Amino acid sequence: MAKQMAVSTPLTENPPKVKFRRSSRIRRAKGNRKRYGDVIVFVFLALIGAFSALPLIMSVGMSLKPLNELFYYPPTILPSHPTLDNFTMLFSLMKTTWVPFERYAFNTLFITLTTTFGHIILASLAAYPLAKVKFIGRKTINTMITFSLMFVASVNDIANYLTISWLGWLDTYLAAIIPSMGASLGLFIMINYMRTIPDSLIEAARIDGCSELTTYWRIIMPMSKPAYLTVLILMFQQLWNQNNAAYVYQENLKTLPYALSQITTGGLIRQGAAQAVGVLMLLVPATVFIINQTKIIDTMATSGIKE
Amino acid sequence: MKTGSKPKTRLSDIGREIWKKRAAYAMITPYMIIFLAFTALPVVVSMVLSLTQYDVLQAPVFVGLRNYTNLFVNDEVFAIAIRNTIIFALITGVVGYSLSFFVAWAINELGKGMRAVLTFVFYAPTISGTVYTIWSIIFSGDMYGYANSLLLRLNLISSPIDWFTTDAYILPMIIIVQLWMSMGAGFLTLRAGMSSVDTQLYEAGAIDGVKNRMQELWYITIPQMAPHMMTAAVLQITAMFGNTQVSIHLAGFPSTNYAGHLMMTHMMDYSNFRLERGYACAIAVLMFLFMVGINQLVLKFLRKVGG
Repeated sequence: MAKQMAVSTPLTENPPKVKFRRSSRIRRAKGNRKRYGDVIVFVFLALIGAFSALPLIMSVGMSLKPLNELFYYPPTILPSHPTLDNFTMLFSLMKTTWVPFERYAFNTLFITLTTTFGHIILASLAAYPLAKVKFIGRKTINTMITFSLMFVASVNDIANYLTISWLGWLDTYLAAIIPSMGASLGLFIMINYMRTIPDSLIEAARIDGCSELTTYWRIIMPMSKPAYLTVLILMFQQLWNQNNAAYVYQENLKTLPYALSQITTGGLIRQGAAQAVGVLMLLVPATVFIINQTKIIDTMATSGIKE
Repeated sequence: MKTGSKPKTRLSDIGREIWKKRAAYAMITPYMIIFLAFTALPVVVSMVLSLTQYDVLQAPVFVGLRNYTNLFVNDEVFAIAIRNTIIFALITGVVGYSLSFFVAWAINELGKGMRAVLTFVFYAPTISGTVYTIWSIIFSGDMYGYANSLLLRLNLISSPIDWFTTDAYILPMIIIVQLWMSMGAGFLTLRAGMSSVDTQLYEAGAIDGVKNRMQELWYITIPQMAPHMMTAAVLQITAMFGNTQVSIHLAGFPSTNYAGHLMMTHMMDYSNFRLERGYACAIAVLMFLFMVGINQLVLKFLRKVGG
């Protein structure tokens, strides 16, 4: 059942009950696919793909270059004598930081995990009634959530700084954790995904005497796994790169991106090390994304704006 | 609800209805408190603060619309920021969205394995955190930069170009880097929308005389995908405005002759460095209206396409 759920997608206001099998190759009528069209599609993807991938390859190449190769003319994309010097330099620089480097790593990990976890619990708890229970004010809230996706959170920075200082959260972990828990993209994705769960299941649960909370925990959450995994990944990516220096002044509460940006602002010789930082920071979220790609795509298939 | 309910009993009806759904209200409360406190309320607070003079140290003083008149009449840099933001938004918005759309479509023409690999290649620049700094090496001002060395060897230029400090190049450079990072959550939504269109529709289309893939795209795919196209547009527009780090890191803050200055960096300048937060709030409010306005306009347009 859960498997079927993941692929059923309401697209319009009155969706034709449509199901297709993700695992099978897309079946296409061959008649309307021409050879030259294939060529155009291929060339287009190759060009844009190169634009996308080349800087990433250069970055990896740069991080593996020994110092002298940084000043080759003409510059090379890949190093002729690859070395891990930049990474070892980075690790030795880490030992010279003001507070132990592990502390920055711990801060980032702690903030990322608690915020992501808290957001998923709070947002999924709210997403179920907003998707499936009819109550007064639901439409208004749903409109507000969609509306909030339309502006960048940083226009609220000044006002939020006031709120955070008024609450006495400056210089604590809370300043980074609590506001991010109220992010609206995650809620939006989960509401849209939960809408695809058949009402009959929820009705059946109610007849069996389940409370809303039990229905949420026993029926909705197990069926929404792709949705909250997607939210987990998107949140993780965002928080992993978050620099909390605006709200925190104590050095031992600051995060990894802050510490690394301090290390790499050391001019030309640290160019390689700076790219090593970029590559290292990319590894974790990229791995998480690759592993969960199909789940993300299945979830995003349900997140259309329906009005 | 409306018909049949007498004015006398209506209020108690509403009360009873709310009491009946108390579980739903309880479930949305924790999330909504955070959402209201850090996303909705700050918009109102910013609007109020934008009518004051506020330097953080002293209490805000009400000045009416003076901040707004100063912005439009006396602040020459703001005029540059508006001009740059409009150019930036127009180009990255239109080109970035078209790229996301056509790449998502072209990927969908491929087999399963290639689709997964390419999705990652196009998405990777967005998760990269600091990898975008490689662009400062690609377009570095000396002959060791990839762009300069290539142009020098092709004899197109005689001396290296200072890409990020020459007025004429700064904004185009920022736009290119932003385009590189433009295939984020919006792209994933489009990619997911493409793969969730019912394949039977394509078969039916082929029988009814859809001759090539452009016709198929126009008559079948786009109408089916309208909700995804709307979500993607919102996500992409917001991400585009939120990305100030590219401008700040690559072109400097402030950039040479403010050539890379955007409304967002103008706001940061006044809120973080000059500590004129009332003035900064006025910019934030204008940014807010600007973003919401553009989003509404785009949604209106896309609804026409889909409908």
